[in-house]
Amino acid sequence: MNRRPLFIEQARIVDPSRGIDEIGTVVVAGGQIAAAGASALNQGAPEAAERIDGRGKLVIPGLVDARVHVGEPGAEHRETIESASRAAAAGGGPPFVMMPDTQPVIDDVALVEFVRRTARDTAIVNVHPAGAITKGLEGREMAEFALMAQAGAVCFTEGRRTVDSALVMRRALTYARDFDAVIAHETHDRALAGQGVMNEGLFASMLGLSGIPREAEVIPLERDLRLAALTGGRYHAAKISCAMSAEAIARAKAAGAGVTAGVSINHLSLNENDIGEYRTFFKLSPPLRAEEDRQAMIAALADGTIDIVVSAHDPQDVDTKRLPFSEAENGAIGLETLLAAGLRLVHNGDVSLMRLVETLSTAPAKLFGLPGGTLRTGAVADLAIVDIDEPWVVDVNELHSRSKNTAFEGARFQGRVLQTLVGGRTVYSRG
Amino acid sequence: MSAPEIFPVFRHRHLLGIAGLTPPDIETLLDRAEGFVELSRQADKKRATLRGRTQINLFFEASTRTQASFELAGKRLGADVMNMSVGNSSVKKGETLIDTAMTLNAMHPDILIIRHSSAGAAALLAQKVSCSVVNAGDGPHEHPTQALLDALTIRRAKGRIAGLVVAICGDVLHSRVARSNILLLNALGAEVRVVAPSTLLPAGVSRMGAIPFTRMEDGLADADVVMMLRLQRERMEGGFVPSVREYFRHFGLDARKLAIARQDALVMHPGPMNRGVEIASEIADGPQSVIERQVEMGVAIRMAVMEALLDPRRNDGNLAA
Repeated sequence: MNRRPLFIEQARIVDPSRGIDEIGTVVVAGGQIAAAGASALNQGAPEAAERIDGRGKLVIPGLVDARVHVGEPGAEHRETIESASRAAAAGGGPPFVMMPDTQPVIDDVALVEFVRRTARDTAIVNVHPAGAITKGLEGREMAEFALMAQAGAVCFTEGRRTVDSALVMRRALTYARDFDAVIAHETHDRALAGQGVMNEGLFASMLGLSGIPREAEVIPLERDLRLAALTGGRYHAAKISCAMSAEAIARAKAAGAGVTAGVSINHLSLNENDIGEYRTFFKLSPPLRAEEDRQAMIAALADGTIDIVVSAHDPQDVDTKRLPFSEAENGAIGLETLLAAGLRLVHNGDVSLMRLVETLSTAPAKLFGLPGGTLRTGAVADLAIVDIDEPWVVDVNELHSRSKNTAFEGARFQGRVLQTLVGGRTVYSRG
Repeated sequence: MSAPEIFPVFRHRHLLGIAGLTPPDIETLLDRAEGFVELSRQADKKRATLRGRTQINLFFEASTRTQASFELAGKRLGADVMNMSVGNSSVKKGETLIDTAMTLNAMHPDILIIRHSSAGAAALLAQKVSCSVVNAGDGPHEHPTQALLDALTIRRAKGRIAGLVVAICGDVLHSRVARSNILLLNALGAEVRVVAPSTLLPAGVSRMGAIPFTRMEDGLADADVVMMLRLQRERMEGGFVPSVREYFRHFGLDARKLAIARQDALVMHPGPMNRGVEIASEIADGPQSVIERQVEMGVAIRMAVMEALLDPRRNDGNLAA
């Protein structure tokens, strides 16, 4: 157990919770942040502290990834809670919120406790279960929100699925409001999407693949936003992908609804052209959209319409990916490439480093009521030490995830996690 | 028999689609096929070009006509032909595809002909096997030998393709034949139109190189070629069009609509036809119809494609994918 105090000198500290971007010193003791900032520059190192030369390095609060699919229980060959936690640690990102669409579905207290117990016994980062909105993800009967919340579920979501019934959604938002729970929802109108497997448009037509119109995302999203306004519930649009959705969120926020929105790093980094010759690792839900949509996502991230960025980590094996495109499953892994892909946006001048860290760490921690996301004195010492300029190329064989379906294979990144701390303990260190 | 003509070496290892072929690639395949048209009309139709080579027809979708055409083409070139009709069994299609591909590859075939219901299936197969692959139709994506045989039919009847007006009519949305033809006819300089109700036109079709029309009366004006597409039964009962009779009234090719096209316009259909749905019998069997000729050209084109892909002059190391 590395519980020695840690003393990081002369590092660049970016802490959106205090609006700080300055050269300073970080002191970690007893699993907590003892000090972090320029004001600590003249502070002496605690006795027996491990000293780290922070010059040229960046210290940020650890990422908080609010949308991670794991194969456990039910598909452990794709990913276990343990392997996902290693991937998260290597990505600089404890803790994460685990989606409930497993087998069995995490829709009752026993399953929430199973995840918590397994995480406690095997994971090296904190894993927070999300509970299902409806029993068995069937979209009919509400799951036991209050009991699951008491057991540790941090929000409620149908994972990859959408609640089709407006009535069920209305009741879920109304009921969850009573104990301030967030309903996080991906919107996908199955009937309108039909047999679609990628974004509708010229490119899909050329490939002979059925298209999914943007309206299949926006129509149920607009419905949900109206229900959020009606009920006063806390609604989080979990994975928006197109300009129209961003406009809908902006309108709802302007009208004063308590809604938030998330976007996956994939939809900030990639577009439909990346599918190329039927590359199934780029088959995602929602589908990768046009370049204009990607640009709109970046703009919405920068202007605050979008609140958080997620990896949407979704491990899939060859048995679900090495198929003709229309038969393959959706999803790509992303825990380990989340920060590097985000830094690409910073290096390109699309968003500021402060805003990126806020949307990857501070905002999701706050939204889901999780510890972390800050380097305030007294906060839990979840942090990442990053070389913001180090160039590297993604090698799938080096990834910790059990599945290798990354959309960033061979990608050239600038910026890499050097060390990750959870509760003051080093859970990942490179080199 | 006269000395065989010398054609340039075909640069591609596979024929997965018309996309990726240059106009000279296409012209050369058509030129090669001319000789096979003549050969197939002789009493002795066989050559030994592919003697000792193994051709496997891997059809995940039943297609008697296309499979027979490829089989005949291979046999006339002297190849050993094996038919594998996998069908759409209860086994998940994709698993069957990869598993079957690996099994077949271990048998060292020289050429694989694949038909599959999923777009991109031929390309996926080509990544997994070490022999040449010919796409005989992958979902709604491409059917390159059909477009080539259509081009050969048109070129022989009209003497050229550049400058002709070709109207492709019917279920363009789900048609691999339409996609391959749009690509090929554009490459060779024809004006391509697509004529269909808007529910059967793909998104962005005008940017694919085809001028869209939603009325036969407009789309067929001045057409040199009227190419009809098959409409699947399950798509005409309310899903994409309300009924067969409504479709035939507005989009079925009958004498009245054909009269709008040029007097010498060719009538084509990739088969199998739904008589009385997309085409009236009198037109299908009429003097302007070249539908049977298309079948004949199909064998010649497939011989040309296989001969080109298995050209012994090829040095695989120097070829494009």
